[in-house]
Amino acid sequence: MRVTFTVNGRRHEADDVWEGESLLYVLRERMGLPGSKNACEQGECGSCTVRLDGESVCACLVAAGQVEGREVVTVEGLADLARQRGETPAEGAADAGLSPVQKAFVDAGAVQCGFCTPGLLVAADELIEHNASPSDADIREALSGNLCRCTGYETILDAVRLAAARTGQPAGAGAPDAGPDAGTSQGGAI
Amino acid sequence: MEFLRPASWQEALAAKAEHPSAVPIAGGTDVMVEINFDQRRPGWLMDLNRVPELHEWETGEDSVRLGASVPYSRIMENLRAELPGLALAAHTVGSPQIRNRGSVGGNLGAASPAGDSHPPLLTAGAEVEAESVRGSRRIPVEEFFTGVKRNALAEDELIKYVHIKKATGPQQFSKIGTRNAMVIAVCGFSVALHPESRRVRAAVASAAPTPFRATEAEDFLSAALDEEGLWDSDRIVPPSVARRFAELCSAACKPIDDVRGSAAYRRHAVGVMARRTLTWVWESYRNGGRGGARNDEGGTRCA
Repeated sequence: MRVTFTVNGRRHEADDVWEGESLLYVLRERMGLPGSKNACEQGECGSCTVRLDGESVCACLVAAGQVEGREVVTVEGLADLARQRGETPAEGAADAGLSPVQKAFVDAGAVQCGFCTPGLLVAADELIEHNASPSDADIREALSGNLCRCTGYETILDAVRLAAARTGQPAGAGAPDAGPDAGTSQGGAI
Repeated sequence: MEFLRPASWQEALAAKAEHPSAVPIAGGTDVMVEINFDQRRPGWLMDLNRVPELHEWETGEDSVRLGASVPYSRIMENLRAELPGLALAAHTVGSPQIRNRGSVGGNLGAASPAGDSHPPLLTAGAEVEAESVRGSRRIPVEEFFTGVKRNALAEDELIKYVHIKKATGPQQFSKIGTRNAMVIAVCGFSVALHPESRRVRAAVASAAPTPFRATEAEDFLSAALDEEGLWDSDRIVPPSVARRFAELCSAACKPIDDVRGSAAYRRHAVGVMARRTLTWVWESYRNGGRGGARNDEGGTRCA
């Protein structure tokens, strides 16, 4: 079957889509958007998290046919999404085109093997969009559907705190450091 | 495989009548897992996302009419006052991504003994409205679960609404798992106080082939509260009464040993959850509270 929907603001069309195929497969294998990662295929790990009509969902659990005519934002579209919200993208040669959340992950060193990062970025971006000053409990809950197999959760939490702090600041104000807050949260599973 | 995309409820019923083996898909959080893992290859997949009434809810005088596909996130955000037990249970489902897609209708359709919606539906009092081209009927939720992952739906029927009684007293939900998110319940428990009828309802998940109400425990507790005149007093439930209630809840279980837990553990855990959740709802009742949603700010209270 043919499926047509909007991805990151652009209309995409895919032909010969199998009826049982997931949105994730269509994005990665048919639309050339491999940012969303394929890991568990059962909604456990969150590495395929995308926005579907604004809501965070696991792309592996959405049937491609269900997305007909709808709007999807993937990790590849986060910078554009941030720009639409009026946020300033990162500057400088290395960071050009990164959304504030992506920049915060880089600055906080929240990336180890990187496989979970796209899903975490999309989930964290949605959290901050709705809650500019999340508590640690809010962050843990918002990211509770995303697994990091490197277990690098502490720096991920630091990155989200940093991104939230920067988002909450008036334009032009200096960004706080990632460091001092790093040790304040409790360890353990989310 | 054929992908059916009914644009209205009538179209969906007609499609289901024509293809009784069509598998309805709403959030996809169960169905897509089975398809991804090649455990299921239905001839027809029927997308219900385009049927508007399934995504709506309406609060009436005594009950809430909940569309089958209303995601758990909406229940948590919008129906906490009317359906505190279900809202608490909804908050324990999967993760934010799963709660944005999964729904009570899907939970009922899958009819897993471990479904998180089931105990609060049983304790609040609920009816499942099923419809086919032949007509519509309301199935009391107690009669809906017929076996492990089996329900009372005929093959041409679809779940349209769930009619759930609005809370008249505090309600609670508790579940055992290895962490707060992404857990299929080792076992689950819900309790609801119904002060207007001076009854207590208790229900258990994942400790028998189907979710069930612990009616003997309910009867014992309701009688004991009456006998001791506790509904009109400011007193706590005597520990001996709470203990007996817990024992009866445990005794009503018919659990199995499986990967998530042993039968003995489940029986024990149900007793512990029964005692604790009873303490919580009674405390809320004594404090004049109606809702049971007091423990989900800043992390769920440990059960």
